[in-house]
Amino acid sequence: MSDVPAQDRLSVDKKVARDRAAAYLLSRHHFQWPEALPWLFAIAAFFVFPDRMTFGSQVLIMVMFALSLDLILGYAGIVTLGHAAFFGLGAYTVGLGAARLGWTEPVSGLFAAAFVAGLGGFITGWFLLRYRGLTLLMLTLATAIMLQETGNLRSDLSGGYDGLPGLEFKPLFGLFEYDLYGHTNYLYVLGVLAVMFYLVRRIVYSPFGQALTGIRENVRRMNAIGSPVHLRLVTVYTIAAAIAGVAGALFTQTNAYVTLTVFDFDNSAKVMVMLILGGTGRLYGAFLGAVVYMVLEDYFSKLSPTFWQFGIGLLLVLAVLFARRGVLGLFEDASKYLKRFRS
Amino acid sequence: MPQFAIIAVSILFDGLAYAMFLFITSVGLSITMGLMGFVNLAHGAFAMAGGYVVVSLTRTLGLDFVPSLVIASVLVGAVSVVFERGLYRRLYKATDLEQVLLTIGIAFMAIATATYLYGPIPKSVPLPAWLQGDINLGFRTFPSYRAFLVVLGLVLIAVLWYAFERTNIGAKIRAAVDNRRMAESVGINVDLLFTLTFAVGSGLAALGGGLAIQLFGLSPSFAVLYLVLFLIVVAIGGLGSLKGTLLAALVVGIVDTGGKYMLAEAGGFFIYAIAIVVLLIKPAGFFGRE
Repeated sequence: MSDVPAQDRLSVDKKVARDRAAAYLLSRHHFQWPEALPWLFAIAAFFVFPDRMTFGSQVLIMVMFALSLDLILGYAGIVTLGHAAFFGLGAYTVGLGAARLGWTEPVSGLFAAAFVAGLGGFITGWFLLRYRGLTLLMLTLATAIMLQETGNLRSDLSGGYDGLPGLEFKPLFGLFEYDLYGHTNYLYVLGVLAVMFYLVRRIVYSPFGQALTGIRENVRRMNAIGSPVHLRLVTVYTIAAAIAGVAGALFTQTNAYVTLTVFDFDNSAKVMVMLILGGTGRLYGAFLGAVVYMVLEDYFSKLSPTFWQFGIGLLLVLAVLFARRGVLGLFEDASKYLKRFRS
Repeated sequence: MPQFAIIAVSILFDGLAYAMFLFITSVGLSITMGLMGFVNLAHGAFAMAGGYVVVSLTRTLGLDFVPSLVIASVLVGAVSVVFERGLYRRLYKATDLEQVLLTIGIAFMAIATATYLYGPIPKSVPLPAWLQGDINLGFRTFPSYRAFLVVLGLVLIAVLWYAFERTNIGAKIRAAVDNRRMAESVGINVDLLFTLTFAVGSGLAALGGGLAIQLFGLSPSFAVLYLVLFLIVVAIGGLGSLKGTLLAALVVGIVDTGGKYMLAEAGGFFIYAIAIVVLLIKPAGFFGRE
């Protein structure tokens, strides 16, 4: 014991700690079989509901939008009421590109949308993420409405609240035409979602993702151990904005129109509700929440929009009071309870 | 009078009337948020409820406008206590996000209920003769209703200022906003104080909702549409500050009115621009504590 110098002992301990941390991160990072389920469902849906693929694409787009919110809300703990700003930026990048510049190639449009929305996220995030609580809520909300008002002010370009109708896009990769039933669109959106999901999954299981969780749990301690909190927050905000922008771009491309309502407070609130219902900070919460919300909305709002709005309000209140970790949290609790019951 | 001065006077007067509406509706929100730090997005729903009670009282029961306003604010204030005791109370120590979600949920339910009961079409309210037409102030005529709003606003400001600065309860509220733990340590029942201010604040919001019918018309979307304005007033005024709320209401009211006179197509652009600039420079608002 005494023949090992103190310095070396320390570095050995450090190495053990680092290895253990790396092993832990790797074990979380490993792909687990239940994770394939949502994707199998998505592919199965393609064959089971071939005539509902237009709706299916919209569901997948909202999954992507909710996923981007999960990154900042669920992992980094940034409460925003203006996430629709980036969805809208992406949607209008593609919309304006197609309507005013004749840029109708879809995939490069996604990159442009990601860039513009990411830039928006970087600039606003740099200024806004110093603040917390009500101030941050108001600033994010005001940012989204400012963009909407700017669009309305230049309605000669944006088309105002009538929007940009009847956009046409080039076939996907120059090969696949868009059919009336939205089959091409569905697979296109599903493919993009898989790429985005892979990206988000890599991020949240990386050391960077761990640092974000640390910021969410205790920002003072993260500051105290020297973590560059503001930089981390701005980085993740930029990434989330870019992903939301891609979701917005897909929204414009699959619907072939876009209006200024994409910037609505309703849109920001809706995606937050989806994420909360599914469960925040757990990747698949976005999937479950968006699917459940969209299917219920599709069914009940046809029955009675008033009834639907009341129901979603009631769901929110109940979720906050009894199921703060969403539907997935409920599942976890139930499975824990069952295990205890068996043993 | 030169054209420019006429426009300036119109903007100031209409802006003042608008500011009084904003002040009356937002002041309760500011105090309750200052006391408990509770993010209450359902405040607009209480204002909307007040408006619809006034519509029912005047249209269905045939009461006069002014007594209806009083009954509506008392009624909504009383009902708000049920919400505060039953729902809000559970979440005082919860995160911003949970408070936001709970109160958005309540607002959604309120909007749906209003749509169900009154339909989506904007409602109007019958005014007594003395509130219709114009009033002549010597150099110009002004709409009587807006003049009434300004006078009512000034009276309420005086009453609130007295209650806040010169009474025992007001001193307790100020103490609790400044430092809640300390106030509790010296024996102030902050919970009870909060229930009281919440009821008064919601009652004032209901009064504002009733007053707004003539200005903007009343539809179920009122609960969310104007909520953003109330929140901006509260945020840039500073939580729990009476004079901050007044100053913010004046700034928002006059800037918004001016913006709509000068550049109608810009809509609410100027208010949001002002809100962002103020909050970037003073994150806690004009008179809030950093």
